Amino acid sequence: MKRGLDGPAPEERPTPAGRRNKQGIRIDPEVEATHEPRRTVISALVEHEPGVLSDVSGLFSRRQFNIESLTVGPTEDEDLARITIVVEEPDPGIDQVEKQLRKLVPVISVRELEPDAMRRELALIKVEADRPDQVAAVADMYDGNTVDSSPETATIEVTGARQKIEAAVDTFSQFGIREISRTGTTALARGTDQTAAFGTAQPATEANHDRQSTQSADDD
Amino acid sequence: MSERAAKITPADDEQHDDQIADGAAPDAATETDAESERTPVTTGAEAVVRALENAGVEYAFGVQGGAIMPVYDALYDSDITHVTMAHEQGAAHAADAYGIVSGDPGVCLATSGPGATNLVTGIADADMDSDPLLALTGQVPTEFVGNDAFQETDTTGVTTPITKDNTFSSDSDRVGTDVSEAFALAREGRPGPTLVDLPKDVTNGETDREPDAPRVPDTYEVQERADSDIVAAAAERIETAARPVLLLGGGVIKGGASEACREFAIEHDIPVITTMPGLGSFPEDHELSLEMAGMHGTGYANMAITHCDTLIGIGTRFDDRLTGGIETFAPDAEVIHVDIDPAEISKNIHADYPLVGDAETVVEQLSEAVDSSPEATKWRAQCQQWKSDYSMAYDAPTDGPVQPEFVVEALDEATSDHAIVTTGVGQHQMWACQYWTFTEPRTWVSSHGLGTMGYGLPSAIGARLAADDDQEVVCVDGDGSFLMTLQGLSVAVRENLDITVAVLNNEYIGMVRQWQDAFFEGRHSASDYHWMPEFDKLAEAFGAKGFRIDDYDDVAESIDAAVAYDGPSVIDVHIDPDANVYPMVPSGGDNGQFALTEDQL
Repeated sequence: MKRGLDGPAPEERPTPAGRRNKQGIRIDPEVEATHEPRRTVISALVEHEPGVLSDVSGLFSRRQFNIESLTVGPTEDEDLARITIVVEEPDPGIDQVEKQLRKLVPVISVRELEPDAMRRELALIKVEADRPDQVAAVADMYDGNTVDSSPETATIEVTGARQKIEAAVDTFSQFGIREISRTGTTALARGTDQTAAFGTAQPATEANHDRQSTQSADDD
Repeated sequence: MSERAAKITPADDEQHDDQIADGAAPDAATETDAESERTPVTTGAEAVVRALENAGVEYAFGVQGGAIMPVYDALYDSDITHVTMAHEQGAAHAADAYGIVSGDPGVCLATSGPGATNLVTGIADADMDSDPLLALTGQVPTEFVGNDAFQETDTTGVTTPITKDNTFSSDSDRVGTDVSEAFALAREGRPGPTLVDLPKDVTNGETDREPDAPRVPDTYEVQERADSDIVAAAAERIETAARPVLLLGGGVIKGGASEACREFAIEHDIPVITTMPGLGSFPEDHELSLEMAGMHGTGYANMAITHCDTLIGIGTRFDDRLTGGIETFAPDAEVIHVDIDPAEISKNIHADYPLVGDAETVVEQLSEAVDSSPEATKWRAQCQQWKSDYSMAYDAPTDGPVQPEFVVEALDEATSDHAIVTTGVGQHQMWACQYWTFTEPRTWVSSHGLGTMGYGLPSAIGARLAADDDQEVVCVDGDGSFLMTLQGLSVAVRENLDITVAVLNNEYIGMVRQWQDAFFEGRHSASDYHWMPEFDKLAEAFGAKGFRIDDYDDVAESIDAAVAYDGPSVIDVHIDPDANVYPMVPSGGDNGQFALTEDQL
């Protein structure tokens, strides 16, 4: 017995001309367009209490956000901590990251930093010390400090933007790398532009960045 | 907030007024009287219970156990009615339903370890549906936490992804306030479940600290009013729309915006579609109603949502069961999206007009901003045409097996307009959506987002306690769903709760069977439940009233008797085992391409 309801069959029904892309945005079906991922830094000021880091990291893992690094540390106020997150997502994803973060009760403020924000990472690179002079020369090239040395190894500390660290790691690899430890990016907005502050639940506006310095200290 | 202010409850205020009217005690004496009426808090557990009392909690659902015993001991002296459930999952669902019907957070309690993990399904369910719920869980004493002690689970860890917020309480002086804050958070803004984990040493610990009044932490901010520029732009869009629809989601009901939405739709003659959680937000017997859209929504709602040019979505999160494939969802429509949670805006469907705010407030803002109704006569005629083209009808030959749609309609017929319907999850749930005519908000209690089988009976218990006395509570259940939590019947019998359970029994996990027929070549792997018990007899064994329906002759009589019975009754309705749910949009499909029969899938 055929079951179901009466009415015109699917192929007899009109269909609209429009289409949306995977991100739910209406598009011209002729020109399929989606946002490409981009890398950006998001800074969150949070209450310094147990569980907040797991709240934040859990949020990222269960929503499948593509996170590159996450650093956390105390701030000028002992009750607050700053979490700096580098994400690589299309624009709608970055928007969601910010909105979802704001939903967490211990999160005070969230913003995406301007491309010119100061971004720094620290890396410890332990290499073979067969050619100590050359290691020292390379360390010098990247403003690195040798923080430990032994007859077999030398450990160099390098700080800078991600690209600089990557270049340093690349160059050091000629000596044979034993181990690397990197902190992930931490960042602050430039000049008087506030990175994240109380009462900025909504995204900061682009307007009037009163910068003390226009010279980029960042090597991006 | 001073401690003194927190202690004075509305009841105290009343007494205060009386005494002043009598010209009796001066202020100082009144305060002493008010204080003396309430025994001061001496333990963390008493502070927990005091926090619930301050919040106006009348019922709490739970199961006793080792780590939660101090709280239960404090409940012993409280006016809060504790309803002991047969399983913690039932406690969470009952509290969830209580929250849906009453609008205030339902409260459930469980002990540590297995007690807490048994709540998890119910908490996750409340999270998916944004229902206000407060879960209080016992925990092993702080010194044992992390040692894998007896009945220990990392409850805050387990529930972090499924709660709006949770707290491990670590201080007897603070525990009452933790509970107050969690209660406030569950209700404020977008509602949701919150949890407070209560180590036994914290609840047993001494304190004289009265809990603060329920209020949310300062870092939690809710935007009530939408941006007026976007409201103005959205209003202009509505005025010029040729094919507008209103899409009302569960947030309309939770935000108390049903009335405002009705007025708006009727004033501007805009056809109305609801999501499944939005059932009851708009009367389905109104001409403008196209009922529910989505996977098993009506054909006319799905045609309208596919062809509209302006979609006004209010309090909906555009779940995939509503949208089908994103690419084909309302593809010609500019979307106006009203939601109190900014994270819902453009999460699944891009909002051209994002309106963040409380549903009722924003609809009122829109009402003021819209000066003229859209010219949509042709569109409304088209919607009515679709209503007749794709009418929801079924054949019910009296010499054949009983059709489930007929049973749902008969139950609807036998009860009042404000009767509450609860369901499990499966085919029966969809028939209830389709064939019950919902007209009032907070009369539809179901598991939407999580799709929890077994939700029906325990939620009927919670709904019963939140409902008005003259409001019937009907649980439309499936055989498989009912079997999952039917131990709750013992609770319904003990409390003599007037609930009618109609089990649409086809001896299948029917929705799975339907999908197996459609997509797995009819291979009924583990979906054939021919081993079902006789539910009417089982009901009698629990002390409830049992009925059985085998053919059409029994339907009216049994339903009338079951509804009239003052106490829990179960009707085992043997329906056509081959009945399936149509229309159907295959998962991820195009809403406009819904199938009306199996061979259209």
